[in-house]
Amino acid sequence: MIEGILLPELDDDSRPFWDGCAAGELRVQACGECGRLRFPPRPMCPWCQSFAHNWNAVSGRGRVWSFVVPHAPLLPAYQEFAPYNVIVVELDEDPTIRMVGNLVASEYQPINSVDPYSIEIGQPVRVVFQRLGEGEEAVALPRWVRA
Amino acid sequence: MVDSPAFVKDATCIVGIGQTEFAKALEPSEKQLALTAIKAALDDAGINPSEVNGLSSYTMENVEEFDIARNLGLGDVTWFSQVGYGGGAGCGVVGNAAMAVATGQCDVAVAWRSRKRGARTSRPWAGVGQRVSGHPQWSRPFGLLRPVDEVAMLARRAMHEYGWTRDHLANVALAFRAHANRNPSAQMYGKEMTRQDYTDARWISEPLCLFDNCLETDGASAVVIVRSDRARHCPQPPVSIHAFAQSINRQHQVMTNYFGDDPLEGPAWACARRLWSLADVGPGDVDVAQIYDAFSPLVPLSLQGYGFCAKGEGGPFTDDGALEWPNGRLPTNTSGGGMSEAYVHGFNLITEGARQIRGQAINQVEGAEVCLVTSGEGVPTGALLLTAAR
Repeated sequence: MIEGILLPELDDDSRPFWDGCAAGELRVQACGECGRLRFPPRPMCPWCQSFAHNWNAVSGRGRVWSFVVPHAPLLPAYQEFAPYNVIVVELDEDPTIRMVGNLVASEYQPINSVDPYSIEIGQPVRVVFQRLGEGEEAVALPRWVRA
Repeated sequence: MVDSPAFVKDATCIVGIGQTEFAKALEPSEKQLALTAIKAALDDAGINPSEVNGLSSYTMENVEEFDIARNLGLGDVTWFSQVGYGGGAGCGVVGNAAMAVATGQCDVAVAWRSRKRGARTSRPWAGVGQRVSGHPQWSRPFGLLRPVDEVAMLARRAMHEYGWTRDHLANVALAFRAHANRNPSAQMYGKEMTRQDYTDARWISEPLCLFDNCLETDGASAVVIVRSDRARHCPQPPVSIHAFAQSINRQHQVMTNYFGDDPLEGPAWACARRLWSLADVGPGDVDVAQIYDAFSPLVPLSLQGYGFCAKGEGGPFTDDGALEWPNGRLPTNTSGGGMSEAYVHGFNLITEGARQIRGQAINQVEGAEVCLVTSGEGVPTGALLLTAAR
């Protein structure tokens, strides 16, 4: 059985995103040719087929696009927080760039720290980062607080 | 119409259907269940196993083709293929078999799905690791763990954007349950449900409750496909595979399909455009539908994708008993579907579609001549138009 919170397996495509989170910065992949943002990250730009890309720091501000409130049965590390919220955020820079995350009361509080019935689609949010794991295994997950 | 000639249109027929018992826990292995369903389908078709030379299945199928062949005593198999994406695969599995028969790669094709899912350990999400690789790394660490969570995210957005309500989702669940109540093969045979039962059910992932979810099922289903000229000499009324399409729509991501311009316009839309362009009929000609229903919101999302109503109207379409047999304007999932008959990755929708065209369904739509069958919305998908052979 899985004991802890699930953490991302960093790969060639995703590592710069997670490195950005560890540095306290939300970075989105942008095409090195046409400049369009894309997420989730991938090697090729779907609009101009260029492999060239940059990682742009974005404002970390957006709006709630949708949300769910999971209840049991869940993996133990999540069930102890249930019911919690999972949100999808659309970024201010480009509302078709959306990220899955959680709305929390502050960067130090868990994924059930906001009353789920107070969440509304369209609410403005901003990113914070929560560090999980130890040493070289540590990963910072982006979470969101009300802006 | 599309530019290319429609080689598949009406070239093949489903001439045999078979299935096992459906239950939360069955004793036989997946292999035994597959063999049982396929043998039943061949008996139904009046075709000896030695004549089967095409095999079509899901990439998630655990029973391998060679094992099917050497158990059933098939002859030399000359064509075999698999389709990916679980609940998105079913119509593609049958459609690929139809293409193989139509193009002469084989003469008698069998398509099937066998699955033991009732056991808790067999849930796909039960096997996740501490580290999440690939595209799920963008959702699972945040507690979006199960398929129901992933679909609930789209459901909440559809409720917000279109004004859909839980009542619309209840319409879906209640219609399918009522169909299953009359179907002795259904896991929910005789087990009635009221709107109050739906409202009182426990949450699984808000805004979805227990009864917005499909069943967990052990069981198997199978079909036999031959060329239409031969089908006329088979014992059962032939069911023509009139049209078939698949789609991975642009910008799609499997299940967590939140990243395109409009995530509510899923693969069903692209699949529908191709399907209707290949067919002699349109949505208004469909007498009965089998819509993939792992979760209730996929039904209104599919209904608008396949053109039964305008965009955004999929929820209200379900009002006034629209999906209910016998009086609804589009009786849907007439055997109870994945939510109330059995969840066999959507393959029982295909066998029920064939029964409707034969005129042999428990909840038979009178004079049904055109049936739409769809696979999963929200994943790379497929669809079939089954018609009465002329």
